[in-house]
Amino acid sequence: MAMIEIDGLAKIFTLHNQGGVVIPVMPDAALRVSRGECVGLAGASGSGKSTLMRMVYGNYLASAGRVVVDGLDVVQAAPREILTLRRETLGYVSQFLRVVPRVSTLDVVAEPLLALGVEADDACDRARRLLTRLRIPERLWGLSPTSFSGGELQRVNIARGFAHAYPVLLLDEPTASLDAANRETVLTLIEEARARGAAIIGIFHDEDARTRVCDRLVDVASFAVRAA
Amino acid sequence: MTRDSADTLLSVRGVGKWYGARIGCNAVSFDLYPGEVMGVVGESGSGKTTLLNCLAGQLTPDRGEVFFQMRDGSLKDTVCMSEPERRILGRTDWAFVHQHARDGLRMNVSAGGNVGERLMAVGARHYGDIRAAAVDWLGRVEIDETRVDDRPSQFSGGMQQRLQIARNLVTGPRLVFMDEPTGGLDVSVQARLLDLLRGLVRRMGLSAIIVTHDLAVVRLLADRLMVMKDGHVVETGLTDQVLDDPQHAYSQLLVSSVLQV
Repeated sequence: MAMIEIDGLAKIFTLHNQGGVVIPVMPDAALRVSRGECVGLAGASGSGKSTLMRMVYGNYLASAGRVVVDGLDVVQAAPREILTLRRETLGYVSQFLRVVPRVSTLDVVAEPLLALGVEADDACDRARRLLTRLRIPERLWGLSPTSFSGGELQRVNIARGFAHAYPVLLLDEPTASLDAANRETVLTLIEEARARGAAIIGIFHDEDARTRVCDRLVDVASFAVRAA
Repeated sequence: MTRDSADTLLSVRGVGKWYGARIGCNAVSFDLYPGEVMGVVGESGSGKTTLLNCLAGQLTPDRGEVFFQMRDGSLKDTVCMSEPERRILGRTDWAFVHQHARDGLRMNVSAGGNVGERLMAVGARHYGDIRAAAVDWLGRVEIDETRVDDRPSQFSGGMQQRLQIARNLVTGPRLVFMDEPTGGLDVSVQARLLDLLRGLVRRMGLSAIIVTHDLAVVRLLADRLMVMKDGHVVETGLTDQVLDDPQHAYSQLLVSSVLQV
């Protein structure tokens, strides 16, 4: 059984305050991702890779079609069903970490586990291990990541995204802005997630990374609107 | 009037309120579940505060029903319950955090007294216990123990707001109504208050309805969002979905009007 089933998925943006411009981004997307499979989304910038990923996460509202993640159709689901899905099943590493002021790095990483009811000690242990693997110096763990560099922020973001062993993972350019050693760590984390059976959709501009972790590539442009 | 239902904490059906011929809010319906935080956003005059007051029993709606899940599990319409019953709810299961702390505090009573008073209202009598609970709560909202005998008038705006929160949460309410809880505070004080509220909501498993015009506040605190305009709900959904992919013209305007920093 596929963990992610996408059928007839469409997205049209209507900009009411800019003359009612209608932007059809995706007329009809279909995709299946099984357990332990990593599917890479390919296509030029603007072809709708992130849009597709955001619709899977429920962050963008689909205009038509269905996105079934572990049995729940995200397009039709109530907000609280999506929140439960995101807490337990569906992880998302976006390109930007939204930092809450005053919350320490360790707590930022441990938070998804605490939300699941994991004991604070266990959650912090796991957070420490991930931060160590991703080479965030221990002296920074007690600080809020607000003042961190772009690369440090991205690694904190990845640690947070991998804290819980989500059965489904969405990764939007997880290796961008990382040095070689950290890039290697992130690719290993992705391989480990795949090995434990996670269904993964990823966007990788880095071609080596793509060929290394992806089982297959899907060209999003094939879902895109073509000129008649 | 009671009604059986699933596990909704608050069930709002067709609530409307008019000020003469002018509409306050109309046809508002939604369900709030335990542990859920809902944000209500919209410009001044959109009816969000009117709605909050109708839900919290501070205003009587002209139309509609507001069912609250009592501790015995039954749903009871708070609009037609008796005034004493509603007042008991207001002291026990509900809390109301006002925008201006002085509306929610007794300015001539010490900080400890402000917190202790809520406890006494629900039957606490032992002075030592009440004082200990007050000190504990002042600590949780990051007010130093040495300030327990000071009056709120000697506190800064941010401290007054934290004291108001302590006074409201000390009795372990299940539903908190907040009206612009960070309004009028400078941003560093806001950040501290938001972090505090976020922690309390999580740890106590509180449900809350937060009215604000500040989209950053709901992004941090609310699971769900309701956008109001001219007394009507124009859009509802997951907070990040409404903010990142708003559907209604007014929501799009609201989101695109925020200054980027």
